Amino acid sequence: MIKTKIFDSESFRRTVNRLAHEVVERNKGTENLAIVGIRTRGEYLARRLAKKIEEIEGKTVQVGILDITLYRDDLRGRLDQPQLKSTEILFDITGKVVVLVDDVLFTGRTIRSALNALTDLGRPALIELLVLIDRGHRELPIKAEFIGKNIPTSLKQEIKVMMTETDSEDGVYLADVEDDGKELKR
Amino acid sequence: MKLLLKGGRLVDPASGRDETVDIQILDGRIERIAGSISLPKGFEEIDLRGKIVAPGFIDMHVHLREPGYEHKETIESGCRSAAAGGFTAVCCMPNTNPAIDDESVARYVHEKAKSVCDGIVDVYPIGAATKGRKGTELAPMAELAQAGAVGFSDDGSPIASAEIMRRALEYSSMYGVPVIQHAEESTMTQDGCMNEGVTSTRLGILGIPPIAEELMVVRDIILLGYVPKARYHVAHISTKGALRHVRKAKSDGMNITCEVTPHHFTLQEEVVASFDTNTKMNPPLRTKEDVAAMKEGLRDGTIDAIATDHAPHTIDEKEVEYTQAPFGIVGLETSVGLCMTELVHKKVLTLMQMIQKLSTNPRRILSLPAIKFNEGEMANITVLDPDLDWTVDSAMLRSKSKNSPFDGYRLKGKAIGIINNGKMLFS
Amino acid sequence: MKLKSRHLLGLDGMSREEITLILDTAISFREILDRPIKKVPPLQGKTVVNLFFESSTRTRISFELAERRLSADVVSFSAATSSVGKGETLKDTARNIEAMKIDMVVIRHAAAGSSHFLSRVVDANVINAGDGGHEHPTQGLLDMYTLREKFGSLEGLRVCIVGDITHSRVARSNIFGLTTMGAHVSVCGPATLIPRDLEQLGVTVYHRLEDVIPEIDALNVLRIQLERQKSGLFPSLREYHRFFGVTKEKVSKGPKPITIMHPGPINRDVELSADLADSEHSVILQQVTNGVAIRMAVLYLLGTSN
Repeated sequence: MIKTKIFDSESFRRTVNRLAHEVVERNKGTENLAIVGIRTRGEYLARRLAKKIEEIEGKTVQVGILDITLYRDDLRGRLDQPQLKSTEILFDITGKVVVLVDDVLFTGRTIRSALNALTDLGRPALIELLVLIDRGHRELPIKAEFIGKNIPTSLKQEIKVMMTETDSEDGVYLADVEDDGKELKR
Repeated sequence: MKLLLKGGRLVDPASGRDETVDIQILDGRIERIAGSISLPKGFEEIDLRGKIVAPGFIDMHVHLREPGYEHKETIESGCRSAAAGGFTAVCCMPNTNPAIDDESVARYVHEKAKSVCDGIVDVYPIGAATKGRKGTELAPMAELAQAGAVGFSDDGSPIASAEIMRRALEYSSMYGVPVIQHAEESTMTQDGCMNEGVTSTRLGILGIPPIAEELMVVRDIILLGYVPKARYHVAHISTKGALRHVRKAKSDGMNITCEVTPHHFTLQEEVVASFDTNTKMNPPLRTKEDVAAMKEGLRDGTIDAIATDHAPHTIDEKEVEYTQAPFGIVGLETSVGLCMTELVHKKVLTLMQMIQKLSTNPRRILSLPAIKFNEGEMANITVLDPDLDWTVDSAMLRSKSKNSPFDGYRLKGKAIGIINNGKMLFS
Repeated sequence: MKLKSRHLLGLDGMSREEITLILDTAISFREILDRPIKKVPPLQGKTVVNLFFESSTRTRISFELAERRLSADVVSFSAATSSVGKGETLKDTARNIEAMKIDMVVIRHAAAGSSHFLSRVVDANVINAGDGGHEHPTQGLLDMYTLREKFGSLEGLRVCIVGDITHSRVARSNIFGLTTMGAHVSVCGPATLIPRDLEQLGVTVYHRLEDVIPEIDALNVLRIQLERQKSGLFPSLREYHRFFGVTKEKVSKGPKPITIMHPGPINRDVELSADLADSEHSVILQQVTNGVAIRMAVLYLLGTSN
């Protein structure tokens, strides 16, 4: 496995800051804004973004956590049963502008699940998508409003996002994985 | 039939012989027994080196189901099963429909047996103790005895009334025929499906208390003390408590005998946790202590006989919820294997003792003529391979029913042939 | 982490890790029950049949709700055992389930072991919704969930089950589950309704409520069945109520408030006084809500594992 470092902790931080600015700019402030992160790393990213937005605007932004396990379209094909965790969105999303946050955008299936999960919770006025990395290979008509970095990849490659909340560092790696004949999912 | 049984080890409790001999049989009769006989002209030699030659085994507690329940078993299929299991004789219980409570039914069974399986298996009916096994009026015991009944029992049900039991003991004593009691104080066993104890508590199945058996045995021993000329036999004893009372009564010199089934000295109540209805029988499987007590009773002679309580039921009858399934399992074809594996190979009994409990003792209890290995006697023989490793396969049983809890069991030792009434059957 | 078995037949023999997995999973479903849209899609395309050979409106509705909220297709069947021929029906039913390609079966039946029987003969996942006097695992789980929610942990918790233990599947599932989770379980009831050798399951037996009340955190009060009186196991309902009925007065003798549970339906003022059932210390309605979450968790864990 060959690893290439795409983000170190500094570029990671700068990218998150830039994304925070973009969110505020596009939505003209924080009025009616809510940030919802998809477990696990989307949640940490959402919290960091919210913190940065608060620094920029001086106003708190509501943050929610979305667990999409129940909405996955591959729930039954897997050998390991994914651990079901709670969705923690303690506010009404109806009428809100929801910025949906995830670390990597790949096939789009996770986002499809997340959109279904979100719409079961209420009817947001607008949903925007924010991702740290867009690696291409979409299987559904989904695109992100806010992208930290576009990284063209092959299907034999893997994007590994590390965040200090669970990992040893902040960083993003591109890795070549041995072809074992199985199609790679992020 | 011209046979030379070559090199088998004769183990004969009646004469105390345990030696390697050749046995020459002509037309079902033992012509010669000697250390070495050279094959006479026209005789077939059967090589029995390493095999055991024993007096023919009898299973004194079998349900042949005919007449009335031929879908479960017939006299023919039951005899085939007995022969395959190494038995040259069985006693069939009277809980048929109609019950064996009069001469005609007894004769029917006795005669029918002669016409099936070449008559290789002798069938001795047990007559009902009371009319219709209802426990209220004595069955015509004298008539039944004349028609071939060798014991009296309401098996399946106890003879519950103390008064009727007293009279049954008195009446049967005139003919020297034992009363065989299914010992169960049934007021305590209503709705029970397994032994009462921690396992029934765990499984939420209503229990059959072990003392229900003990109570009935105690009552009967008291009655027997009052009618000392009678002969009393406890069927399928299963509890440590009941056995203790039998041991005491024997030491007091009473006319009491008892039998145990292979499943009661092999299996413990915990197996019911599978909810496999082939673990459901009455008396139920008991505890580890009871199983140990059964082995001790066999060893010290308190238990006279081993009998299977062979109780065939069809798959449809047994493949139901545990509490709704009928009691009973088939046993004829696994009995000898279990006796060898659990008793002889585990040194609970010697081979000689095991043969006593499968042949000599039950014949004595039932006053059947003793089997003798003398020149001129009819050959009544069971041949065992003591070390044969085999696996029980219920589907292969000769019995019409396959309700055995021992499916898949690996056993060591098996009956491989029988000779009786001038017929032979070797596997 | 997955459940070891494809079926949920009982809590006897289930590990602490498995029980914890179910309870933890139920937390997520409990949250969904507070949403405006209480439906999630994980069992989409799965067919669940509820076979109720014994009538039980509550348990059936709870299971049906749980199934529908997981987007399963649901078929329910109720029949009193008495109206059908013995045994054959269950076997025939099993064959029908196979033929109809049903994915999951929830079964309530008057015979102990009936769900084991079914699990042996069908390919579907089998969930025991009560088999005679044997087990009622989802009830045991929802009771544990409710206690954990209230007390934070089951370890060391002191729970007493009051009533007819002999015939109670609820009692058994509670005993197996709670003892596995490290709780101290006691029972209290007439000696005629305590099954033999119960102590060997790790349970303390009491015959007087006064003796046990100072020793416990929660009381799980069982429904008393009138039939037991007829079979001579206790003399009268009046006497039962007087000596084993749980009342405010008896409970107040303890050093601190005791949490009251009941699997329902309650015979008010027989085994449990109405004022206590409706009091602030009663969690009986929470049990009902949690029951749906627990059943969703069980259905989800069994229905989505391979």
